[in-house]
Amino acid sequence: MLLLAGAVPVDKLPLIIGKIELTDQGIKIEGNDLNINRGFEAMATSAYLTCMEFGAEAPHGLIAGDIGKRDGSEKVYEYLSDNLPTLGVSVLTLHYIMPDLKRNKKILESIASMENKPFMIADAGSMYVAKTGGDAGCYDIFTPDLGEVAFLADEKADHPTYTRGFIFHMENNVPELIRMAYAAKNVPRTIFVKGETDYICQDGEILKAIDQPCVDAMEPIGGTGDLITGMISGLVSAGKPAAEACMIAGHANRIAGMLTKPTPATQVQDILKHLPEALREAAKIVAG
Amino acid sequence: MKWFKKDKKTDEDKKESVTRGLLIFAHPTTVIAVEEVLRDEGYDIRVVSPPPQYRTGCDLSVEFPLSEEATITGMLKTIGLAPMDVMPITSKGMEPLRFIRKKDFGDYLMVRAANMKITVDKRTKVIVNISGGGCPDVPHLATEMLGKRLRDAPNPGEIGFSLCAYSLNTAREEIIRLIGG
Repeated sequence: MLLLAGAVPVDKLPLIIGKIELTDQGIKIEGNDLNINRGFEAMATSAYLTCMEFGAEAPHGLIAGDIGKRDGSEKVYEYLSDNLPTLGVSVLTLHYIMPDLKRNKKILESIASMENKPFMIADAGSMYVAKTGGDAGCYDIFTPDLGEVAFLADEKADHPTYTRGFIFHMENNVPELIRMAYAAKNVPRTIFVKGETDYICQDGEILKAIDQPCVDAMEPIGGTGDLITGMISGLVSAGKPAAEACMIAGHANRIAGMLTKPTPATQVQDILKHLPEALREAAKIVAG
Repeated sequence: MKWFKKDKKTDEDKKESVTRGLLIFAHPTTVIAVEEVLRDEGYDIRVVSPPPQYRTGCDLSVEFPLSEEATITGMLKTIGLAPMDVMPITSKGMEPLRFIRKKDFGDYLMVRAANMKITVDKRTKVIVNISGGGCPDVPHLATEMLGKRLRDAPNPGEIGFSLCAYSLNTAREEIIRLIGG
């Protein structure tokens, strides 16, 4: 089972776990419509579409409402640390959440006790807390953007906001930031660095740099990174190895962008509509 | 006698370092309000990361002159911004990144601070996209701010709670400085 876990921006929404359904407006979990179309919801829609396209079971969602007050995030952390060993999760994607070092370590302790550990993907706040806690090695894939890979390269920063200026200014040398992030053991085996050029890396090496098609207007669109994380999650759940999943997702994101013909004002749901077609095209490219 | 001189210097450093204190708050964005108040009052302050025992992974605190503790905490209490703790400090915390990157898309301007991007239609000053970040108030902030003019959109420093909201506010202030609200 692919489990997608994170907070959603609905104040006081209780903890909900269940199979994700697609609706005309967004997604639905256990009868709760989530029509926000950004953040977790965009990632979950992308994962769902990918699972359907590649013949995998629909993903499950574990969510709670949190607009930054920590309440929902705490429920997600606690549910996972208490219940993960009994949920039958094979792939776990952790997404938007308020970083909480102690609670995250409890989840990792719970996973360490499992005979069959889930494949672990982290993005957003879940990636921040993993890095800051020195726990990146417990995960399998991170999906940072340019600002976040600078944070991962900075062994002293607790959060991207604290990335030191001299590292922030190295963003025109992404391969060096990647080297620094691996050297500091702040990343797992595989990372997908999202940017003008996407870098797919494994064990410290850049396996693939993808820069075509180049759709400049994708950069300002909120949620495009969430689509990549969702696609990688769905592809891994469908049995693709980590690097191949990242390569398909990287090509598909750019193809979907090209098909959308976006402006900087385009919203991510417009790109989502093209995801199935883009995934089919990307799979052909990666298969050679 | 070189070693003696070195010891003396260390003592002086220590004496100097405990003249500063830290105000600890529950949410990073409370610090934005406190920072504004204390700067307006002319205090020599810095916004920095708190010490390890207060870190959750998304934190911000205010470094201030310890000699002003009673006055500052009293004033903050009267305006409903009392810190949850006050402590002396012996080492410098890290400061939030204030560097900005901007990208011009013709009719649109994007400004990025740390991991947060805001994009505005230059003709209408309407916020068309907010991207980046990882704390759960980011999608909430996007919902509240998108489609609104810069001058009408809520301030992420007031309705957000996280360091991502702090960075988004930095980007928003810069875009207002560049094109007006």
